[in-house]
Amino acid sequence: MSDRVSVAKTYKLYIDGKFPRSESGRTYPVTDAEGGFLANASHASRKDVRDAVSAARKAFGGWSGATAYNRGQVLYRVAEVLEGRREQFAAEVAACEGVPTADAMCTVDAAVDRWVWYAGWTDKIASVLGAANPVAGPYFSFTVPEPTGVVGVLAPQSSSLLGLVSVLAPVVATGCTAVVVSSADRPLPAITLSEVLATSDVPGGVVNVLTGRADELGPWLASHADVNAIDPTGASAESRVDIAQQASGTVKRVLTVPGDEPDWTRRPDISRLRRYLEAKTVWHPKGT
Amino acid sequence: MATASSPAVLADATRDETSLSRFLHGLPGVDQVGVEARAASLGTRSIKKAAKLWAIDTAISMVDLTTLEGADTRGKVRSLAAKARRPDPDRPDTPPVAAVCVYPDMAATAVEALQGTGIGVASVATAFPSGRSSREVKLTDVRLAVEAGAAEVDMVIDRGAFLEGRYGHVFDEIRAVKQACGDAHLKVILETGELATYDNVRRASWLGLLAGGDFIKTSTGKVSPAATLPVTHVMLQAVRDWYDATGELRGVKPAGGIRSTKDALRYLVAVHEVAGEEWLTPELFRFGASSLLGDLVLQRRTQHDGHYSGPDYVAVD
Repeated sequence: MSDRVSVAKTYKLYIDGKFPRSESGRTYPVTDAEGGFLANASHASRKDVRDAVSAARKAFGGWSGATAYNRGQVLYRVAEVLEGRREQFAAEVAACEGVPTADAMCTVDAAVDRWVWYAGWTDKIASVLGAANPVAGPYFSFTVPEPTGVVGVLAPQSSSLLGLVSVLAPVVATGCTAVVVSSADRPLPAITLSEVLATSDVPGGVVNVLTGRADELGPWLASHADVNAIDPTGASAESRVDIAQQASGTVKRVLTVPGDEPDWTRRPDISRLRRYLEAKTVWHPKGT
Repeated sequence: MATASSPAVLADATRDETSLSRFLHGLPGVDQVGVEARAASLGTRSIKKAAKLWAIDTAISMVDLTTLEGADTRGKVRSLAAKARRPDPDRPDTPPVAAVCVYPDMAATAVEALQGTGIGVASVATAFPSGRSSREVKLTDVRLAVEAGAAEVDMVIDRGAFLEGRYGHVFDEIRAVKQACGDAHLKVILETGELATYDNVRRASWLGLLAGGDFIKTSTGKVSPAATLPVTHVMLQAVRDWYDATGELRGVKPAGGIRSTKDALRYLVAVHEVAGEEWLTPELFRFGASSLLGDLVLQRRTQHDGHYSGPDYVAVD
């Protein structure tokens, strides 16, 4: 019997809970670390950015309005489905990043743990970052953290799964909605993650995943007036300057990120959560 | 069509109910598949850059900014009038809209708020939106609107009578309303969502034109489906054929369900291709819409600024 010819996939984008082709019709081949063909991925354009942002904006009300507990439950569910696809993720990470399967398996486990870690923060972060402020007058004064809005995430270029989860999970954990541009050369784990998100309980539009070039799409995300924050991790050094300039036009929050990709296996802290939250202070008269 | 509707034929058509019925049923049938395919194919036409900017400004100047809710207040009408005058206050070069469309009891408030701006006040009348009342009540409704200062009256036809085939009744009613309007322009709402077939839409369009409507309008916005591209195609064909037969220019107003700039541009393409370039003016083509203006302003900013705008910067409702 001759060897079976495997089906070469052409993956699509993930926008508004659906999997559309790129508006531009462009695709590009994805190769493994040795240059062997893996699959075709859609090459997203600025109009896909536009569609993704409007989907994220539409989803923001429901997602940010959901109780923190409910968001936590939904994110736990994502971790469950992630766990169920361990082998697939491990194979993709091994192929994309060129690491042994055992190492890839460790990376996948770390990614699931990272997701669970952020899921746990959903209903606790308000107690840590919020406050009951002592004020000189007959008032209660509370400070409560509120999600910033739509966040553009340029995912890390080398760490295709753990890095992606480390930058995406804090966005959705706070109640923000995300438009993610995946690693350009290693997009497969991001595509599989979008399939996970589509089949868990995350409402459509909360996370939108575009595969393509961060340096091409970053400036469009940065200049878009309906995007409230941007994480330029996956952009090149030159492109980051452009992104910061474009973002200043609409007073967008631009995350300060290290020049080189950090070690994603290091224990995270809440700094990323803090960057996607804004403090609202409420004064309420006491004893009336 | 031109042969079927020479001035003599048209004069004969309105002689009595029988000849009216014969004329309307003698109109050629609409090719449903053809008109839908043509509307869909014209809808894919790409309008970019300078043409898009021109189209957005033209569309803004064609909007009949509408509020027809039971909960309308004078305050809401005044703020709508302010928006009609200056759709985008940060960009004073944005053109004003064509008219503000309200219920008759709000017409006076709108007229006062729009004094000296050149923006018309349109008022719906004749027991809008169902049209289910006596002719006396309907005509009183029209007089109320005209006395309040409405420059345009949007009437609804009696769809029940039309569907029963009592074309003479509908014709007489439009005539009577036209008379009650005086100098005010008359828009005849066909409520195409209740007419069931394109053939009926064509008949109702001709009926409205024969009876003297200055505009034929698709819908009240209270019935779904409201305006659709194929229906608007059929109505645009009717006004073009009317022009060929009589030399008179009459207008078309799609209303209801047009919410995005993309939709509006598709309609403008249809106007240009089906009726002709001379219809691309607020005198002959209007959009009945409430939320369309916000999106037009948003897209106008996107075109001028070179980046996407957002609802934080423009009042979108």
